[in-house]
Amino acid sequence: MSMVDPTLAPAATEAKTPKRKRPLSTGQATSRSLTSRPGRIIVYCLMFLWTVPTFGILVSSFRPEIDVKTSGWWKWFTDPSITLTNYRRVLSSAPGDDNMAKFFMNSLIITIPAVVLSVGIAMLAAYAFSWMNFKGRDWLFVGVVALLMVPLQMSLIPMLQLFSGGAHIGSVTIFPDLNLVGTYVGVWIAHVAFGLPICIFILKNFVSALPKELIESARIDGAGHVTTFVRLVMPLSVPAIASLGIFQFMWIWNDYLIALIFAGRDKAPVTMKLAQVAGERGNAWHLLTASGMVSMILPIAVFFALQRYFVRGLLAGAVKG
Amino acid sequence: MGDLISAIITVVVAIGGLLALLGGLYWLTSKLPKKWQEGARSWVFLLPTMVALIVGLLIPTIRTIYLSLLDDNGKSFVGLSNFKVIFTTRGTRLTVFNSIVWVALGTTVTVIIGLVVARFADGMRGEKSAKSAIFIPGAISLVGAGIIWKFVYDGPPFEVGMLNSITKSIPGLPASMGGNGDRIWLLERGFAGADPPGSAPGFNTFLLIVIFIWASAGFATVIFSAAIKGVPDELIEAARVDGATDRQAFYKVTLPYIRSTIVTVATIVTIGGLKAFDIVAATTGGRFGTSTIANEFYVTKFVQGRGGLGSALAVLIFVLVIPVVFMNRQAQKRAEEMMGA
Amino acid sequence: MAGVTLNSVNKVYDNGFHAIHDLDLDIQDEEFLVLVGPSGCGKSTALRMVAGLETITSGEMRIGDRVVNDVEPKDRDIAMVFQNYALYPHMSVYDNIGFALKLAKVPKDEIDERVRKAAGILELTSNLDRKPGQLSGGQRQRVAMGRAIVRQPSAFLMDEPLSNLDAKLRVQMRAEIAGLQRQLAVTTLYVTHDQIEAMTMGDRVAVLKDGYLQQVDTPQNLYDRPVNLFVAAFIGSPSMNLCEAQLNGSELRFGSRSVALPDSLFAARPALRGFDGRKVIMGFRPEDLEDAAISGDQDPAHRFSAQVSLVEALGSELMVHFDLDAAPVDSGDPDAVEVIGEHATGVGRFSPRSRVRPGENVEVALDVANMHFFDPDSRLAVWG
Ligand SMILES: Nc1ncnc2c1ncn2[C@@H]1O[C@H](COP(=O)(O)OP(=O)(O)OP(=O)(O)O)[C@@H](O)[C@H]1O
Ligand SMILES: [Mg+2]
Repeated sequence: MSMVDPTLAPAATEAKTPKRKRPLSTGQATSRSLTSRPGRIIVYCLMFLWTVPTFGILVSSFRPEIDVKTSGWWKWFTDPSITLTNYRRVLSSAPGDDNMAKFFMNSLIITIPAVVLSVGIAMLAAYAFSWMNFKGRDWLFVGVVALLMVPLQMSLIPMLQLFSGGAHIGSVTIFPDLNLVGTYVGVWIAHVAFGLPICIFILKNFVSALPKELIESARIDGAGHVTTFVRLVMPLSVPAIASLGIFQFMWIWNDYLIALIFAGRDKAPVTMKLAQVAGERGNAWHLLTASGMVSMILPIAVFFALQRYFVRGLLAGAVKG
Repeated sequence: MGDLISAIITVVVAIGGLLALLGGLYWLTSKLPKKWQEGARSWVFLLPTMVALIVGLLIPTIRTIYLSLLDDNGKSFVGLSNFKVIFTTRGTRLTVFNSIVWVALGTTVTVIIGLVVARFADGMRGEKSAKSAIFIPGAISLVGAGIIWKFVYDGPPFEVGMLNSITKSIPGLPASMGGNGDRIWLLERGFAGADPPGSAPGFNTFLLIVIFIWASAGFATVIFSAAIKGVPDELIEAARVDGATDRQAFYKVTLPYIRSTIVTVATIVTIGGLKAFDIVAATTGGRFGTSTIANEFYVTKFVQGRGGLGSALAVLIFVLVIPVVFMNRQAQKRAEEMMGA
Repeated sequence: MAGVTLNSVNKVYDNGFHAIHDLDLDIQDEEFLVLVGPSGCGKSTALRMVAGLETITSGEMRIGDRVVNDVEPKDRDIAMVFQNYALYPHMSVYDNIGFALKLAKVPKDEIDERVRKAAGILELTSNLDRKPGQLSGGQRQRVAMGRAIVRQPSAFLMDEPLSNLDAKLRVQMRAEIAGLQRQLAVTTLYVTHDQIEAMTMGDRVAVLKDGYLQQVDTPQNLYDRPVNLFVAAFIGSPSMNLCEAQLNGSELRFGSRSVALPDSLFAARPALRGFDGRKVIMGFRPEDLEDAAISGDQDPAHRFSAQVSLVEALGSELMVHFDLDAAPVDSGDPDAVEVIGEHATGVGRFSPRSRVRPGENVEVALDVANMHFFDPDSRLAVWG
């Protein structure tokens, strides 16, 4: 997205510069926004509307099957009965059960390495683009940023062909058939490739904003690029790495399309399993609730625990397309 | 467990191997003549990126464009006829139409809701929880969002749909609006007597767009909220001193000030809407006239196995993204000029 | 220990900007040389070329006997102090100071000894475990110094190291750095745009303008015998008063006023005779002016009258601003605050016993023996 450049810049700076604390004293507040009553009511209404659907399946997930299917979740308030059966069923690995625990684990196995690899590789590139001198550096960076525009769909088909049949020109094999479809490695590679442009963009913004004198000082002190990168730039970029890491985590965890094409049934993450349960067992509403909760518990927990970083990552990169 | 262990081993080997390779190459650069060292070292730092981007994005993009000009088996060259098929076949044309509605409506409403919450929640008691509440859907996968909303939209034979329960209990509501009986909302293209023809987006598409708005509004809110807080207090105060009401200060000072942020958010949401696949796939699967280009792409290629048409749909998404980005750039420039003045 | 020599060094940036022109500079072993000049004149560029942070476009750079044009910064045996200190924010003071030694694989106990010694000299011992963020501005400055001295380099390079400090601390650190340099006896190249710093700290001062070296000399010589208009106006605060004048025999006429020049003055500046009947630029420093009412010099030929526009009472002296009707002169200092108007203005540094008031006319006594003269075409000083 070439748009990213000027567009996200304000957001990126905002994320870096600590915000002035606006005093909550009434004097200040009146001049600005002692929010009007209708305004407050609108916000409360939206809050309600935005929370109710999620709350509904949270409640449903603890209701017995028969209740889920025969009465709306709000009836729970008048007829409260709680069971963990739904969760037990979706997490169990007995034949015929959904074994969500396994897919939850798959999600972790897919997500963590993909995050580490994409952020790590992007960090190397961000350093090179910021602090190394080579011909065509700026052009190359523009090229990387331009790739932000390319929608995922553009590379899915060729990449699938590559993973399942290699690449050949005539009889010459340029890329061997590694049979990566249905393996974690295939999914990792796909996530890394698709995530790199945005990761590089965000990290480059941060890394290149480090004081030039600091890097020069290290150079005079005798540090080569590797030392500067490991001892100076990495530790100083921890805030950016953390927020981007959480951001990437959410994105990869919540991905469906890449998993659908590259993961195969056995290595599927929770999102894929969830969609499958919804599609194949459309009548198992009680299980769908619990499966849904299992799939979203981690991102929601991460969001609440690391809200600050996550929002910062969001502001810095304003979300990948 | 075996899976986990082998995955861990793979990761350790992969990362270790990568580091060893890069380290080795870096060491080799010290054998080069001095004037080439810096350049060579840069390329060592960039090596993984370049491989990933070229193999994973650049070549595939070019290849998809190429494939979109071939027939579905990738055998013979057919020119632009795949694109012609998209616009002349009733089903795919509806898909394009649906996507445009997604983008137009989804983006507009998302931006408005984001602005409303960001504005009115600013400084309000419970600001943080309000923003969190709006944001949580953004932390949930779109597949999860689809499932959650199935519990709103679905209907008989099971009593799970909230919407259905509400409408059918409203006395006097016509059946076409869900009153007086059961209705499975996502299956019905018509609403309140309006019956869209097969070539126009149905009411159920709007219901899906609601899910999209629900999932994206938090993002818009967070960004707008940061932007509004970034407006210098002095500016608002000056406006107030000049006699502006709260409302006028918002329209005349705050909104113009955060204009470029609004454009950015609109662009990102638009691109998100164009690529919308998960929500459709997890709810209707694109049936009942709700498919979007992104969903159609998946179905065409990966369910029906039609490579040429599938590639053409992917290219279409790309082609639609480009003007959005350029419009964004233009708007951005104008915003900058204005701020400069 | 070693001197630093620049031999017609040039710097042309990638964008084609020629920042340094044929710079010749010879910094003696153990010397404290200050590079001074207005903002953007190329001081940092010159210093960074010595450090090896900028490539040298042409010319030769030596540290000691070694040509270092293509030597990496770390191998030049220099240490640098940056304006913003460039302390590593995530490392303790101890690690900041010891970082270079650690990278040079100096044994641990030797690092410890040297870091503690440097910290002792700079009175940082009690702060060794702190992070830079927890230090005051002055302490950070000291850590930056510590990082430089711990390496025992053959030259220190400092780029405006005091400009981030408040005025009072700056005066104190000025003396400390100068003292430290003398104690350690390390060749030092010090960049500043503050001419007071330059005058008080340097063994010698080099004045740079637009990438051209103007003059290198001891502070006193620079003050007494500036080679051109720019140096004359740049060195000294308040600046030297300058205006156009006409020399007729021994009468120097500026605007409607005139003073008589004694023979001794011509004797000291033989070339001045050559300007007889021509235009010349005259300069006189504020301290060479006094209220005639209280001046010791009673010779009416050395006086002129002027209208006082402003009087600044500083306690120990009065800064008296007055208007002249002679044509003003642009010294070429881009940082100069005065707006060049139609007429020249002057400043005198009067004794506080003077009773002048703004708006009054005052008789000003001029110490003609200390006057400066410049060729209006070449802008060079007239001595000869
Ligand atoms: N990387 C660069 N590329 C092009 N021109 C540059 C570069 N760095 C500096 N310059 C130009 O070279 C000139 C000298 O810059 P330099 O930083 O040496 O000035 P300085 O004397 O240190 O000024 P200051 O007192 O403001 O620090 C300036 O006009 C500056 O614009
Ligand atoms: Mg400078």
